[in-house]
Order: sequence, then structure tokens, then C-alpha cells
Amino acid sequence: MAESLLSLNPKKRKDLPLEYSTEEGDLKIVGFWVFLAAELVLFGTLFGSYLVLQSHTAGGPSAHELFKIGPVMIETVVLLVSSFTCGLSTLELRRHNVKGLIGWLVVTVLLGLVFIGFEGNEFFTYAAHEGATLQTSAFLSGFFILLGTHGAHVSLGIVWIAGILIQLARRGITPVTARKAFIVGLYWHFLDVVWIFIFTAVYLTGWVM
Amino acid sequence: MNSITNFLSHFFVTGDPMIYGADVSIVLVTLAIFFVLTYFKKWKWLWQEWLTTTDHKKIGIMYIIAALLMFFRGGVDALMMRTQLALPGMTFLNSDHYNQVFTTHGTIMIIFAAMPFIFGLMNIAVPLQIGARDVAFPFLNAVSFWLFFAGAMLFNLSFVIGGSPDAGWSAYAPYAGTELNPGVGENYYLLAVQISGIGSLATGINFLVTILKMRAPGMTLFKMPMFSWSILITSVIMIFAFPAFTVALALMTVDRIFGGHFFTIASGGSPMLWANLFWFWGHPEVYIVLLPVFGIFSEVIATFAHKTLFGYAIMVWSMVAISLLSFITWLHHFFTMGNTAPVNAFFSISTMLIAIPTGVKIFNWLFTLNKGRIHFTTPMLWALAFIPNFTIGGVTGVMLAMAPADYQYHNSAFLVAHFHSTLIAGTVFGIFCGLHYWWPKMFGYLLDEKRGKWAFWVFMISFNICFMPMYFLGLMGQTRRMYTYPAGLGWGPVNFVITIGAFGMGVGFVIMAYNIIWSALHGKRDTTGDPWDGRTLEWSIPSPAAEYNFATIPTVSTRDAFEAMKEDKRAGKEKAPAAYKPIHMPNNSAIPVVMSAFMFIAGFGFVFWWFWMAIPGVIGVIGCMIARSFVYNDAHLIPVEEIERTERAAGRLS
Ligand code: HEM
Ligand SMILES: [Cu+2]
Repeated sequence: MAESLLSLNPKKRKDLPLEYSTEEGDLKIVGFWVFLAAELVLFGTLFGSYLVLQSHTAGGPSAHELFKIGPVMIETVVLLVSSFTCGLSTLELRRHNVKGLIGWLVVTVLLGLVFIGFEGNEFFTYAAHEGATLQTSAFLSGFFILLGTHGAHVSLGIVWIAGILIQLARRGITPVTARKAFIVGLYWHFLDVVWIFIFTAVYLTGWVM
Repeated sequence: MNSITNFLSHFFVTGDPMIYGADVSIVLVTLAIFFVLTYFKKWKWLWQEWLTTTDHKKIGIMYIIAALLMFFRGGVDALMMRTQLALPGMTFLNSDHYNQVFTTHGTIMIIFAAMPFIFGLMNIAVPLQIGARDVAFPFLNAVSFWLFFAGAMLFNLSFVIGGSPDAGWSAYAPYAGTELNPGVGENYYLLAVQISGIGSLATGINFLVTILKMRAPGMTLFKMPMFSWSILITSVIMIFAFPAFTVALALMTVDRIFGGHFFTIASGGSPMLWANLFWFWGHPEVYIVLLPVFGIFSEVIATFAHKTLFGYAIMVWSMVAISLLSFITWLHHFFTMGNTAPVNAFFSISTMLIAIPTGVKIFNWLFTLNKGRIHFTTPMLWALAFIPNFTIGGVTGVMLAMAPADYQYHNSAFLVAHFHSTLIAGTVFGIFCGLHYWWPKMFGYLLDEKRGKWAFWVFMISFNICFMPMYFLGLMGQTRRMYTYPAGLGWGPVNFVITIGAFGMGVGFVIMAYNIIWSALHGKRDTTGDPWDGRTLEWSIPSPAAEYNFATIPTVSTRDAFEAMKEDKRAGKEKAPAAYKPIHMPNNSAIPVVMSAFMFIAGFGFVFWWFWMAIPGVIGVIGCMIARSFVYNDAHLIPVEEIERTERAAGRLS
């Protein structure tokens, strides 16, 4: 069995990236990975439920009738790019460049806001123009809750990054702020991965079927 | 005026003397607590020492106190049910009440008594066993506790405000949906269980990381005490099972509160989806409350047989096997609900497979006892009684696992007897065992042996009087969740015996409570820190443990690390202790309590469809998280002088 990282001697730990340079940072990052595993099960369950109910339209609009390619493509591209800019922010973190870090995180947040704007608009269109709400059919309940959960995660991520931006501006890059910026990056990439599954399992299959 | 009285008469549950009794006692107890705390000027002490603590040992004690109270509540529910069933045609509870009582009994016992009790014991023992100074995330640990507490309070409130859930602890759709169940009862179930479930998930993450990353130097995974192993595996189960339940509860909440159609019959919903989601969590859940007690029994049996545990590695691998299998057996809860034969066959076989690793463990305990110098202390009695009584539960479980035969047993009293054989002879015996075993480590004195043994014998014999006949009652045809039965079926005498047994268990519980109070006043002090001649690290430090647990972190080279240290000492090879260094410990925080108060407010608002109340609650929760993010000063250093003072007071430093 490998020695636990915590028993690393302080010298060895210094060679690690800043966010891993304290025991606390190390623990929190591992803990966050475990949390993401739990999130995976959470989204997995939502996907499972959605797929079971996908064809249960109960006389309401079906996926094929409802989904429009345009906005969905924009949402996808925006979120993928935001994941890229978030990755750039981590690179700047590794170079201890606080300006670059803050800059790319700001871009990420803005792209996140654009994504939420388009998604909100998409939901609004469905509800207002097609009469498709969560109460219409099992399919739509599944759709709105799966996407809503993802969207709520993105919104929370925006608030979270904003909080970390304030801390970065005040304190610069320290082991603690480095850890926070790193973890929020993991979170953001995770949401991107979930979106790819949504795009495939919800929109692509919806158009094809 | 009229509308106000109308509202109040729906808001408060009315029309039943028992409820008024509960109202009065709740008010009286609350007033008494306020009075005592104010009179003795204990508010500040309570707040600083307990409510805001992040110390795993104190959190563990709070879990156990709360869980004991919940056991009491769940036990009262059980006795009400047994009173109603004691004779044919009783009218003590009407059918509505009976439904509510078995629902709250099952939910409370599993979610608000058994699980938190186990969380309490693991909070106390795991960090001490692995030589750590706290858990990985002490703040999160406090959040977990307070979320459980908020959930428990919300659930219990349903008894006097609004009305209790009545769709069983499994809350099957469509009966739990709004058409058939329009009141607030099921909302209470959904929100309360959700809130405490989030806490449980956090606990799973916390202990997984703690055990993986914070073991004392030299303690490789396969040198860990078996209880810590059981918690490691349980944590993994929690991490993979609870999110599914979170989703299931959330979806039904959406159905009930926002008019969704996940599980409704109308508009394409699928009631079977609920059954699958519920049991996908529900079956692993029974292992969440079982594997930890397997760990407790392993510790206790090895300690009091004065032998190292037989077949350590096999014990670990059988727990791993159980944890994997526990995820592919959920369908055995509804063999009768229209699956195809191959599906039933698969789940039938996967269920029976679990008997193999479980049987292996039973034999390992027996081999540990073989040729041991057995010491019949109270914890050991609970452990020894577990083996045969639990085995009966296991064997009847295999009977239930045979899908064709299950068409006969399903939802009968036979099933009720089966799962109580596992939940009581397994989980409850285990937590009582662990409670007596670790009590001196928590409080510095022992529970009295004589009174403890009385409680044990009364409880254990009554358990058999209660649940052995129940198997036969099931075979005679009495079904579960049935509030009364006519005379002339021949069930009366058996039911009467069962009720006697149930009250006997109540007496056993009361003796145990009495023992706790008696021992607090007269209990034998534990001056050595090692009252049982223990084998693992928690016994190497004073009782009760200091805030920082270990003045110097021990280095471990074998299993049964403390036993090895004692042998070294006898051989004169004791290592000189390392010099003290200042210790870094987490600060107290008020945020967990405040956050869970907001959770409670949000939950209560959703229960009553009062969004004006729910939304501020949710905002409060998010506000607490933001506030926490800005706290940088969250730890303090304990200076060497203070460590010296503490150790000297405990007699560890001359
Ligand atoms: C004094 C000890 C106990 C007695 C006398 C007792 C008795 C009962 C009775 C009479 C029922 C309802 C049977 C029916 O009509 O369906 C029941 C259900 C149940 N009990 Fe217990 N019980 C005890 C302890 C426990 C414990 C310790 C647990 C769990 C840790 C537990 C978990 C359950 C569950 C999950 C149900 C099913 C509730 C439902 O049908 O939704 N019980 N118990
Ligand atoms: Cu099961």
C-alpha cells in the first residue's frame, strides 16, 4: 500500500503544486473528487429516470417536436468554451499569475451567465409558446428536472466563482485561495461533462427519435 | 375569525387525546429545558461546548443522545402498534392512526435512530482507532450532525402539526402522491428524510477521506482495526447509494409540491420507477446499518476472547463482497410486482449469494471465540447473542429470497419478523454493544455491569418472545401493515404473546436508560484508559480523550497496534515518546447550527407549500455557505505547555 500523502514530509510536499502544498488542501481536493463521484450517481439517476420517461409524452409535445437545434448548439459551444477558459485559469494558477487567473475566471463566469441566459430563454419558450411545462407530462417533468438540476449547478458555480474572485482579489494566490480556485475548476469541468451527456442523451436522441 | 380557527384546526393535529398529551408534554419539556439552562446559567456553556463544536467526540455524543431519544420515540410507536394488535378487534388506534404509526416507526428507527447511532459510534471511535486528531472535515462533520438533527425535528413535528405521513417508510407511489394523500404528511417525510440524507452523504465522504488519508504512520489499510474497515466500506456504500435516494425524494417532492408527473398514474408517470429508485438506495441502506455493527462485533469479540481476530483478510473481503452485492439485489423487495421470470431469477440468485460472505463472517467470529479466554462482559454478551439471533434473520432472508416462495411470504408478518431479526439482533444489539464498549472512552467511567446484564437478558429474551412467534403468525396468514383482525382466525393468542415480548423489550430499554443514569452517579472510573484490556489505539490514550486525542501520533507496525505496544512494554522494549509539538485544531463554528436552522425553516415552508417561508430559508442556507467561504481564521494552535498540563492531569506525564 502506498504511503498516504499526508505523511509526506514537508520538503516533499513543497514540490507539489501550491494547492496541494498543505495537508488541508490535499484533503479537501481528494474530498471534492469523492463528492464528484457522488454527483455522478446523482446525475446518473436523473438520466436513468429521464430515459425511462422519455417516451411518456401523455399527449403533450414529444422531444422531436419540441427541441430546436439553434439555441442548444449555442449553449453547447458556450459551455465548452467556458470549460476551456476555466482550464486556462488553472494554468495561470500554476504559474502563480493572479491577474491571468482572475481574468480567465471572469471570462468563465461571463460565459456561464450567457449559457444560463440561453437556457432560461429556451425553457421560457417551451413553456410560453408550446405550453410545455413540468406539469404537462412525465417526459417534460424528466426533461425540466434533469436540465434544471444541471442549470442550478451552473448557477451555483457562478455564485461560487464570484465569491472566490473576491477572495483572490483581496488575498492574491495563497495555498488556500489556490485550492479554492482549483476545486471550483474541477466542479466546472464536471458540469461540462454532464452537459455532453445531456446533449447526447436528451437532445441528440430527441432529434433522432 | 372563522378562517383563523379553521386554519388552526388543520395546522395543529386535533381530536385525539394522545396528541393533546404529546402537545402538553412537548411544551412542558421545552419549558423545563429552558428553565434548567437559565437557572444554572448553562446557555453559554451549551453553546460554546456543544452546539458549535467541531470536535468529533462531542459530535459523536450528540448523535448518540439524539439517537437514543429517537429510539424511545420509535419504541413508543412500536408499543402502540403492538397494543392495537394484542387482541382481535381492538380499537386503541383506528386504521388511519395505525398507518401513521407504522410509517413513523419504520422511518424513525432506520433514518433517525439506527443510522445516527452508528454515526455517533463511528465519530467517537474511528479517528481514535486510526490515530488521527479529528476527521478530515470537522466543519462538515458538524454540518452533517445538524442536518440530521433538523431532519429529525421536522419529522417529529408532524405528529402534532399538520399530521404524520402514512404511506409506510417506503412511501410507494401512487399512494404517497397528492391524489391519494392530499395532506402534508408525505411532504414531511420527503423533506425531513431529504435534509438528513444530505448530512449522511457528507458523513460518507468525510469518513472515506479520513480513513484513506489520515491513518497514523505505518498503519496500512490491512493493519487497520476491523471497525474502521467496516466504516470505510460503509462510507463507499453511502456515497453511491444516497445520491440515488436524494434524487428519488426530490422527484417525488416535485410531484407533490410542483405538480410534476414522475410517479403519478396520470400523464405518463411511472409508479414502478419509485419502487426501483427507493430500493436501489433501500437495500444498500440495510447494509449501511449492518456493516458497521459487523465491525463493532469484530472488535468486541476479539477483545473479550483475548485473541486476534480470526481470518482478518477474509473478513475484509467478505465485507467488500457484501457491499458490491448489495447494489444488485434491490428488486427482491418486489418480486411480486410484475417482473419477468428471468429478472426475478437474477435477483433471487444475487440475494442468496450475499449469504455466502455473511456466513463466512459468522464462522470467522466463531473461530475467533474458539480457544479464546472469553470474558463475559456486557458488550460481549450483546455480541454473543447477536450470532445465533442474527443467523435466524439470515436464514429466513434466504427463504424470502426464493422468488416463487416469496409469493407466499411477501408482506406477511413473516417478513416483519425477518427484518426485525436482522435489524434488532444485528443493528440494535450491535449499537448497544458498541455503546457499552466505548462508553468509558466517551465519558471516563464504565456502565454498570450488573444492571447492564439485566438490561441485556430482559431485552434479548423479550426479543425472542416477540419475534419468534411472529414468523409463525406470518405463516398462519397475518399480513403486514394491517391494523386489526377478526377473532376466530386463531391469531389472537400468538399476537398476545408477541405484545408481551414487545413490552418486555421496552422494559429492557428502560433498564438500560436507568443504568446510564445510575452509572453517571456511581459508575466505576476508568483511570487507565484501557478498561477492557483493549487491542486497538483508542485504548492507548486517557479516557475521556483530550481535545487533540493523541499528544504524539503513534507509529504503527502491526495489526492490534495497542496490544503490540503493551507486549513491547512487557518485554521492556517500549519506545521513548516523541517530544510534544504544538497541535493544530479546528475552531468552533456557529455556521452549522444556523445553517440547519435555515434548512428547517425551508423544509417546513415546503411542507406547507408556503413559499414565502421556504425561499428565505433556502437563501439563508446559501448565505451560510457563502459566509463560511469567507472565514479564513478557522483553526487554532494548542501550545506545548497546554498539552503538558492536560497530559499531566491525565496521569500520562510525571
Ligand atoms: C421494540 C422493538 C420493536 C418492535 C416491537 C417493533 C414492532 C414493529 C411492528 C409491530 C411493525 C409493523 C408491522 C405492521 O403492521 O406492518 C414494525 C414495522 C417496522 N419496523 Fe419495527 N419494531 C421494533 C424495533 C424496530 C427497529 C429497531 C427497527 C429498525 C432499526 C425497526 C424497523 C421497522 C421497519 C422499517 C418497519 C416497517 C414499517 C413499514 O411497514 O413501513 N423496528 N415494527
Ligand atoms: Cu433488500
